[in-house]
Amino acid sequence: MDLMASLAIITPEIILTVTGLLLLLAAAWGGDRASRMISIAAAVSLGSAFAIVAPRVCAGAAGMDTMAFGDLFRADAFAGLAKLMIFAAAGATIVIAPRFFDRVANMRAEYPILVVFAALGMSIMVSATNLMTLYIGLELNSLAAYVLAAFLRDDERSSEAGLKYFVLGALASGILLFGMSLVYGFAGTTNFIGIAQAVKGDLSTGMLFGMIFMLAGLAFKISAAPFHMWTPDVYEGAPTPTTMFFASAPKVAAVALLARLMMEAFGTQIDAWRQVVIAAALLSIIIGALGAIGQSNVKRLLAFSSINNVGFILIGLAAATVAGISAMLVYLAIYVVMTVGSFVAVALMRDADGNPLEGISDLAGLSTTRPVLAAVMAMLMFSLAGIPPLFGFWGKFVVFQAVVEADMLALAAIGIAASVIGAFYYIKIVKVMYFDEPAGTVTGEGDTPHWALLGICAVIISPLGYILTPWLGNLADMAAASLMLPA
Amino acid sequence: MIGIEHYVVVSSILFVMGVLGIFLNRKNVIVILMAIELILLAVNINLVAFSAFLGDLTGQVFAMFVLTVAAAEAAIGLAILVVYFRNRGTIAVDDVNRMKG
Repeated sequence: MDLMASLAIITPEIILTVTGLLLLLAAAWGGDRASRMISIAAAVSLGSAFAIVAPRVCAGAAGMDTMAFGDLFRADAFAGLAKLMIFAAAGATIVIAPRFFDRVANMRAEYPILVVFAALGMSIMVSATNLMTLYIGLELNSLAAYVLAAFLRDDERSSEAGLKYFVLGALASGILLFGMSLVYGFAGTTNFIGIAQAVKGDLSTGMLFGMIFMLAGLAFKISAAPFHMWTPDVYEGAPTPTTMFFASAPKVAAVALLARLMMEAFGTQIDAWRQVVIAAALLSIIIGALGAIGQSNVKRLLAFSSINNVGFILIGLAAATVAGISAMLVYLAIYVVMTVGSFVAVALMRDADGNPLEGISDLAGLSTTRPVLAAVMAMLMFSLAGIPPLFGFWGKFVVFQAVVEADMLALAAIGIAASVIGAFYYIKIVKVMYFDEPAGTVTGEGDTPHWALLGICAVIISPLGYILTPWLGNLADMAAASLMLPA
Repeated sequence: MIGIEHYVVVSSILFVMGVLGIFLNRKNVIVILMAIELILLAVNINLVAFSAFLGDLTGQVFAMFVLTVAAAEAAIGLAILVVYFRNRGTIAVDDVNRMKG
């Protein structure tokens, strides 16, 4: 494996790195006046990285050809599919950010650059096949994300969200890192394949501790219960485009990373980690469903919704089969679309002066004042609840199908029961929009990019989305197969 | 004779102190930053001790990465803390309650 071949494999990451650094210079030179140009350049770099990764995913890249730098990094179809979702979510963030920040304060030139660096970190995370690459990718993402959360510097809630995210995120990194140091000590290597060799027979106590610590650290990052307590506060306080970003891209990256770590490094010890993943999945589903009930802030409610959804994603991982991983990827893709759609709809809630509104009470009677927005929002809520004609149902369906095929009927039964509880608060929003007296606060006009993005999400979520299922299922199957190759 | 287990015990103690420092601390956020630093240094002791014990350089390289990232993390943490202080005029942990939770 020579250097040039490795460099060719990491072209998307090189593009993001170089544009990120050049744009930093441009931001230093041009100041905030250059923010429009920088946003466009950042979106273009994400788009070109997307365009490079897409053919690899369609071809189902797998095996030796995808390894770079002595198997520190692997750009297989699994990583590729996750990268496509990450780049798309990051691109959507850059598209809606300028309108949001222009109304609250001034759009600052650093925002798209930080998004690019976060996307780069996540792209490294999902490709990591070595604990060191994993750590660098994760931190590159997290450090950019802390700043994104605290981006509204004069806003009390935003800076508090940044502080909370920083403290708990750093704690999570510390726990993850402690687990990695133990795994390194007991396996004698940081390479996933080497770790898999070391755990082939019995799992030593030290190794078990290391694995549990790593699981706990990653559970923090994907906000799975019982490590979810930061999520509602951070989602509520962070600026809406940032919240949209947090709810979509880092979830994909951390879940993909978790799946690769568990299947590749600890793939021979499935019984050791499966119970932990199942416990986290069920707790997330239940806490996500119950916690959302009393909320009065839409962003807080969507935070609990994302905790709830992470539970379903983890159920796919708990199956630990090709079908389970494939179902997990399908669910992730649909989840990203639904999340982006919901947060764009939240970003469109503005009063006459353009100030963002976040209360559920502001949604009252939206169907009479803003019928289109209300209809799309209702569709998104029904889809998140998993009601059949909409695409959100398909994600839940494939996940439960995979679990049932893996003979875990009890898990499937509890999951389905809990998703019924979850339907309550989604439908409550629909009730507030359609049957309550109009509050008449949401009067601000929307922008074309918001509506375009919302339109795309709405079409994918609508029953039309089922046209995509064979294609999406095929991509996810190839991606899952590339992950499960015998090392 | 000091063996590998002594190092692991020391680093585990430091790690637990760091985690408790975050959760039990009711005074101010700077203490939390120090606790985070403690956790990362506990990890470094582990990595370097294992590296010496195994005769494998990877752990020391990893420790260098951790040190570098820890520096960046502290810089960002302090920057966020300054922004927070400007808005609220306090860094007491009990006052970080603008949002319930």
